[in-house]
Amino acid sequence: MYENLLSCTRCGACLPVCPTYNATWLEAQSPRGRVALITAAQDGHLQLSPNLAAQMYHCLDCRACQTACPSGVRIGELVLEQRALLPSAGPGAWLKRLILRGVLGSHRTVALASMPLALYQNLGIRAIARRLGLLRLLPRRVQELEASLPRVPWRPLMSRLPAVSTAAPGRARGTAPPTRVGFFLGCAMSALFADVSSATVRVLTGLGCEVVTPKAQRCCGAPHLDQGDRQAALNLARANIRAFEAANVQLVVADCAACSASLKEYAELLADDPAYASRANAFSARVMDINQFLASRIPSREHLKELRRRVTYHSPCHLAHAQGICNHPRAVLRSLPGIELVELPEAEWCCGSAGAYMLTHPTRSSDLMDRKMANVASTGADAVVTSNPGCMLQLRMGCHRHGLNMEVRHVVELVDEALCKDGCER
Amino acid sequence: MSTTITPAVLKELEAIVGRDRVLASPEDRVVYAYDGTWAQCQPDVIVAPRSSRDVAAILRLANQSGVSVVPRGAGTGLSGGAVPVEGSMCLNLAPMNAILEISREDMVAVVQPGVVTATLQKTVEGQGLFYPPDPASLNQSTIGGNIAENAGGPRCLKYGVTRDYVMALEVVLPTGELLRMGGRALKNVTGLNLVGLMVGSEGLLGVITEATLRLIPKPAVTLSAMATYPELEGASHTMAAITRRGVVPCAVELMDAATVACVEQSHSLGLPRDVEAILLISQDGANEETVGREMRLIAEACRESGARDVHVAATQEESEQLWAARRKVSPALVRMRPNRLGEDIAVPLSKVPEAVRGLKRISEEYNLPIPVFGHIGDGNLHPNILCDRRNPDELKRVKAASRAIFELAVSLGGTLSGEHGIGLSKRDFIPMALGPESISLQRSLKRLFDPNNILNPGKVFPPADKDS
Repeated sequence: MYENLLSCTRCGACLPVCPTYNATWLEAQSPRGRVALITAAQDGHLQLSPNLAAQMYHCLDCRACQTACPSGVRIGELVLEQRALLPSAGPGAWLKRLILRGVLGSHRTVALASMPLALYQNLGIRAIARRLGLLRLLPRRVQELEASLPRVPWRPLMSRLPAVSTAAPGRARGTAPPTRVGFFLGCAMSALFADVSSATVRVLTGLGCEVVTPKAQRCCGAPHLDQGDRQAALNLARANIRAFEAANVQLVVADCAACSASLKEYAELLADDPAYASRANAFSARVMDINQFLASRIPSREHLKELRRRVTYHSPCHLAHAQGICNHPRAVLRSLPGIELVELPEAEWCCGSAGAYMLTHPTRSSDLMDRKMANVASTGADAVVTSNPGCMLQLRMGCHRHGLNMEVRHVVELVDEALCKDGCER
Repeated sequence: MSTTITPAVLKELEAIVGRDRVLASPEDRVVYAYDGTWAQCQPDVIVAPRSSRDVAAILRLANQSGVSVVPRGAGTGLSGGAVPVEGSMCLNLAPMNAILEISREDMVAVVQPGVVTATLQKTVEGQGLFYPPDPASLNQSTIGGNIAENAGGPRCLKYGVTRDYVMALEVVLPTGELLRMGGRALKNVTGLNLVGLMVGSEGLLGVITEATLRLIPKPAVTLSAMATYPELEGASHTMAAITRRGVVPCAVELMDAATVACVEQSHSLGLPRDVEAILLISQDGANEETVGREMRLIAEACRESGARDVHVAATQEESEQLWAARRKVSPALVRMRPNRLGEDIAVPLSKVPEAVRGLKRISEEYNLPIPVFGHIGDGNLHPNILCDRRNPDELKRVKAASRAIFELAVSLGGTLSGEHGIGLSKRDFIPMALGPESISLQRSLKRLFDPNNILNPGKVFPPADKDS
């Protein structure tokens, strides 16, 4: 960590790409400023004060700075490491711990936590609340969130997916033998965007893969790292490595950009753990984001249904900047017949969702959303396509606020539609 | 000179700009301690003015209370100009960044000092206009900083430097007076050229609070070429061969063998390794026909002066690919060794070969890698000393080598800095380049503008006893 900090030459190439610097023009809210703060803290020139903590948590962890940095300083990751070194105190600390360790620990607890939402949406309470105008009593952000949440399933996808989904022989194309793919199902995808992840499994089996969904898998640990709970993240990483080792798969695919980014970082996260270092290396090397996987496997156009849609693509930070994947999703979209891809201005600029940021920094998050939606509206597209549940939620809220009659879709949903050329079971 | 900033002064600052625009936490002091160099010194307080009137009130207060003020744009300068001094106030002009006007009729832009250079360029180019100065930091540096340092860049070979585009300024003097100089008329010889004096004054004479910049029509077409030279002399004779053909190229950039080796080691772009120099040349103009014709003349000039291969890009995209190599230079150099000291000498065109040979000698003598690249077309070279400054012996050699580089430049009739400025990093060498009369006159000017020496003290001139 320390050596990497010293690589900063203070050239400032990170300044123009940093959303928080461009919102405040404050050096402390720039990547270069964060490097200086972390270096001073490491050198003992700065105390681990509440102000330092606040500065560290102003960062979106969008990692745009890491794409821009000519010296290879991994600024976003350094910020997360520094968060883990901050003393956990204050009134929010126990609540944070409860959410991170109690709820985001396993798919079962996530399901329990999302149950009230499912009840609310499905038992007619929502309709009554809306009719009585009760929602107007809530703060604006919560109202928008309520209106934009996708329909939460009674049972999260994890409990419905079979442990092994076999390759669809009729729909398998090409001569390659079936690939045994491990599916990493993220918490947010399972609880909020179950339909999308169902489509992912359908697409994978449709392309001739045998899909294994290990039931012992747990949260990827990204929220824990983001909030400075490194210990919990390490334990989750170990559990996931064990789960996928037991599944004996060639690849591990995730359809959530934050998850695939996080899984690829296990190798580095566990580098100092003698029992897991080499296993983590082997695991991370197998991880592929769904877009990477699809880019080389999309069948030729004559096997695909014509979709007739004008779409634009919002690049999730944890795909574009954490993994350097910008071209794959665009290539996938362009390969679908009838899809016209309109470039989104500032496509690689954070939408403001940024994990817990939309809750911890609502104003900044909301400003970034407005900037994103102005760009989205300028494209005149019918749908904005992306590849991360946090972005999807933020874009849905943005469409609601800005009155845009536009679909928010995951790349894989369009691929799924296109693969259903001759009609298929849903 | 400077005193520590008293609570009373802090209160008055808060009264001028508002509480949230006065920062003094340990965290804020850490992040305003640096610019793009190695130098650092924490300011006592950081103040962000909203307007020229704020700046005037702040400087009046500072002048009365003897507080040093160091103006700062984006803090990307390469000579320490924006690095605070002991007990000083950092005047953060980055948030004062509105583009106030773009006039197509008068061909001018009126901007606040914190406007980022690239932002201005994109905005005016959207209207078919062009602001040519292109320092390497243009994506992050500010117009105010560019003016204070008289920034250059590759394109300045054809279009001139920042100085050539500043028509009028609004400036706050260190004593707090707000005044305007220059005007919108393209020709203007009324009175002494105060605008010219302010450009490149490195924050010593006043704080720029507004600038009126000259714009020109945007060239529609740009084409580029790459030429490789088995011998360096050939590359250095190319500029003369081009101008003999009546062509002024847009940019002629040099990468020497050491630079090419660095780029190839970290990026493997497939550049030839068995050459002494590579030139990247670009030309722009109103249409493909004229630019294409001039490009052919340029290629001819390259071959005549000893180029082995000349590759002219057929399309804009291919031109972009050629320039990608040039853009990889800085990233490649910073990955070679932990640190680099980027120098910025400029020599007469005829002395370029001698300068490059001399730099190679210095590299060997002090046992330090010194790749050389830069704007060979105007004699402005960037020898970069690669080093690990945590190693005390190496640091000693770096210091000796940089002195040798300055001595070389001056002995060839050149100068210490072409476009980075003197600031802190080169102030002790100024007597090498300027006579005592010139330094003394410049010191008098500084005293005239800033009798209490509150604005960016300790920069550009060495401490008085080191003068001669």
